[in-house]
Amino acid sequence: MIEPPILDVRGLSTDYTLRRGGKTVRIQAVKDVSFTLAKREVLGIVGESGCGKTSVGRSIVRLAKPHRGEVYFAGKDIFTAGSEDLRRLRLKIRMVFQDPFASLNPRRSIGDSIAETGDIHGLFDSKADRQRQIQQALTNVGLDSSFAAHFPHELSGGQRQRVGIARAILPAPDVVIADEPVSALDVSVQAQVLNLLADLQAAMGLAMIFISHDLGVVGQISDRVAVMYMGRIVETAPTQDIVDRPLHPYTRTLMAARPKPDPAFRIKAGIEIGEPPSQFEPALGCPYVKRCPLATSQCETADPSLRVIAPGRMAACHNI
Amino acid sequence: MLRVRDLSISIGGQTGFTDIVSSVSFEIGKGEILGLVGESGCGKSMTSLAIMGLLDRAGPWVRTGRVELAGFDVIHSEPYQRVEAGHGGIAMIFQEPMSSLNPVMKIGEQIEEAIAVHQRTPGAKRTLTARELLEMVRIPDAAMQLDAYPHQLSGGMRQRVMIAIALACQPQVLIADEPTTALDVTVQAQILSLLRELCDTLGLSILFITHDLGVVAQLVDRVAVMYAGRVVETATVERIFSAPAHRYTEALLSCLPDAAHRGQRLTTIPGQAARPGQVRQGCTFAPRCRYAVDVCASDAPPDALLPGDHHALCHFPRGVSP
Amino acid sequence: MIAATRSFLVPFIRRPVAAAGLGILVCMTAAAILAPILAPYDPSKIEPISRLLPPNAAHWFGTDQFGRDILSRVIYGARLALLIGVGVVSFALITGVPAGVLSALYPRFGRVMMRLIDVLMSFPALLLALGLIVILGRGVSNAILAIGVVYLTTTSRITYGLTLRLRTETYVEAANSMGAGALWTIRKHVLPNLVSPLLVQASFVFAFAQLSAASLDFLGLGAPPEIPSWGNMLAEGRIFITRAPWLLFFPGFAIAITAFSLNLVGDALRDRLDPRFRNMLNGNRR
Repeated sequence: MIEPPILDVRGLSTDYTLRRGGKTVRIQAVKDVSFTLAKREVLGIVGESGCGKTSVGRSIVRLAKPHRGEVYFAGKDIFTAGSEDLRRLRLKIRMVFQDPFASLNPRRSIGDSIAETGDIHGLFDSKADRQRQIQQALTNVGLDSSFAAHFPHELSGGQRQRVGIARAILPAPDVVIADEPVSALDVSVQAQVLNLLADLQAAMGLAMIFISHDLGVVGQISDRVAVMYMGRIVETAPTQDIVDRPLHPYTRTLMAARPKPDPAFRIKAGIEIGEPPSQFEPALGCPYVKRCPLATSQCETADPSLRVIAPGRMAACHNI
Repeated sequence: MLRVRDLSISIGGQTGFTDIVSSVSFEIGKGEILGLVGESGCGKSMTSLAIMGLLDRAGPWVRTGRVELAGFDVIHSEPYQRVEAGHGGIAMIFQEPMSSLNPVMKIGEQIEEAIAVHQRTPGAKRTLTARELLEMVRIPDAAMQLDAYPHQLSGGMRQRVMIAIALACQPQVLIADEPTTALDVTVQAQILSLLRELCDTLGLSILFITHDLGVVAQLVDRVAVMYAGRVVETATVERIFSAPAHRYTEALLSCLPDAAHRGQRLTTIPGQAARPGQVRQGCTFAPRCRYAVDVCASDAPPDALLPGDHHALCHFPRGVSP
Repeated sequence: MIAATRSFLVPFIRRPVAAAGLGILVCMTAAAILAPILAPYDPSKIEPISRLLPPNAAHWFGTDQFGRDILSRVIYGARLALLIGVGVVSFALITGVPAGVLSALYPRFGRVMMRLIDVLMSFPALLLALGLIVILGRGVSNAILAIGVVYLTTTSRITYGLTLRLRTETYVEAANSMGAGALWTIRKHVLPNLVSPLLVQASFVFAFAQLSAASLDFLGLGAPPEIPSWGNMLAEGRIFITRAPWLLFFPGFAIAITAFSLNLVGDALRDRLDPRFRNMLNGNRR
């Protein structure tokens, strides 16, 4: 028997409204996104800025209000959960944020920040227990336990992100949603934090959604990758397949544009692949049609939906 | 074209100063792109500000060194002297184009303003020149976009406008400080491609400052790697990636995620990056270097010269048997 | 506590002018508390023989039309000044901070509350205070209330703006994603971050309260005449301005220097603030 997924997202759509030029414009940040996350699985969500990848993560923890859709966590619908259920769910699904400088309150000590979830939910038996658990969490993320008494401004970016991770694993969750957790870090620190996340994921048996714009980073840590474009998932596949044989033309562009650290791939003069279309003028057909080398007349009028191309592989394209 | 010699930048007073950039030297030839690579806080942006003469009087100051633009001393002269000597000079583009553009001025006006300052072009011709510049940076519908305001353009287009404004100064050298860091990869590829084209067609020399080794490999001709305020290695881009000599460069390259080694642990550099200005004997990288021996901690490393104009500040450069 | 005190004093170390301001305020407070010891005479004692004496060895600041010692009256006047300042600041903070925080966290409540504040703010400050005095009647506590209402508007506005900004901070979102309720967010994330900007705001309100109270006293709508207040002294002395200018000079100087010192202290504190918050404190009404 196949184990049921720990997280099952079905038809998630998120809108937000903007005032632009005196008019209220409704923008679909996420459009009909569905995916599942198995226990102990790492799903990478990759895409360019504004593609909706962050909104997906925020909708799941209900930081952004979802417009439509269902998200089942261990069989329970998160969006219809009552406030008590929601509180419990929030212990089980936790976030790591991008900016390690902004995500820690400058006026609270590292220990207080790490213990915050436990404090909110009243999970510590005693002060000594709280202290012990903070120190354990700090040790787990490779920081000295003396950091508990320090304040964020005394730490480097990498250390702060470790604190952000420590906060997400105390008490132990089932799912971690990491939103660009290494984008703000230097290369050498980025490698340390990626290793740490991979180690913790394996040791604690976490399921993880890893959101990033960098296919290299996502590929490093994920079992499976979902590529997003203009609020939709355009392709999902096991990581190795995405890397070796991307199907969707957008995934291919993304792979090709990623700067490879190898001087054999020199950039040539005169590359023009166009820019993402404006979100204010949603196209009728496929959102990628204007930049797509494979576009046909069908793409102009019909928006392709995600379909199974091969076992474990799905893509939203008419021409694959 | 641009020659930087023994540049040291310090904070503090005349006595009791601390060098945050020490003895940086490099050269950029005509039509060449030099990549200045390093992690945040290594002093690479400070170096570029010093070359531009943009260091604030109250802040860090140039303690020693010369910056020569085609033989002309840049630091110890005023901009007008440079213009009178017939040098177009140095222009700069930054990471965040939005903060460098005036939000309430049409981009056409902003380009024309730059033209008016730097070229003796009659007013009527300026609009035409502005349009030509926009076409040169491959902005579609250039004539129409002259009337656009910065917020109406995407990030990639804004960066193109910044490049156009830089070109209006008719520079010989362009300093690009992380110009694509804030952009998406597909847009980044287009901007890099444009910079390459400008080098090839205009003979522009570019100092490209970045932390992204992938971008370095794709774009630049030669690389200078900075660590804690020093240039620790200089070589052609091929040599840097195929045969890095300095142990820091080697370690940095091994940190990069690579699809071929998916699921394996990434190599990391232990410890924290040394801050520039941290005074220490010997090699600044020694505490984090896995090959470090006693001499590394006690003696400043020599400038080891390897074949092919390849420099490395290291006692035991890789590929050289001691 | 020690750390907090130290961080409060830091902005004054390198700014002698601001430090002087702080020093004057400390003296003023000491004078108010120790008035019975410091004052050479009873401030209310009438001595018809020594009427309108210019400053001399016995009466350093001279005497008024009833022969009362002006120095003693100025010293006792500091008591009322302090009382008005503390009263107005407390009232403005106790009402304005909750109004601002709740308005920011509950937009529906906020829309009503902020429109109400707008209405109050559309009156000129002194006119609003005068109107309230007319309704409430004369007296020290009513003066505090009336001036307090004027500054509750700016305080709640500033708190509202700051809280709106804090609410979008990533660490507040992080707390929400952990299941933090509104009370937790206010206690752990909003209020601690409001302390410094509100301290600055309090120092300005304290200064403006001095001026407003003096104005009310001068118009005969503030403290009753038997209480020695700087405003009352100005009001009573004004007919002697040509014959005995010291009647006006000393209380007037006390008002000016107090307000000036408070502004110096406020500026010094403000410059230490997070730059993102700094601009929000401008546009205070005077």
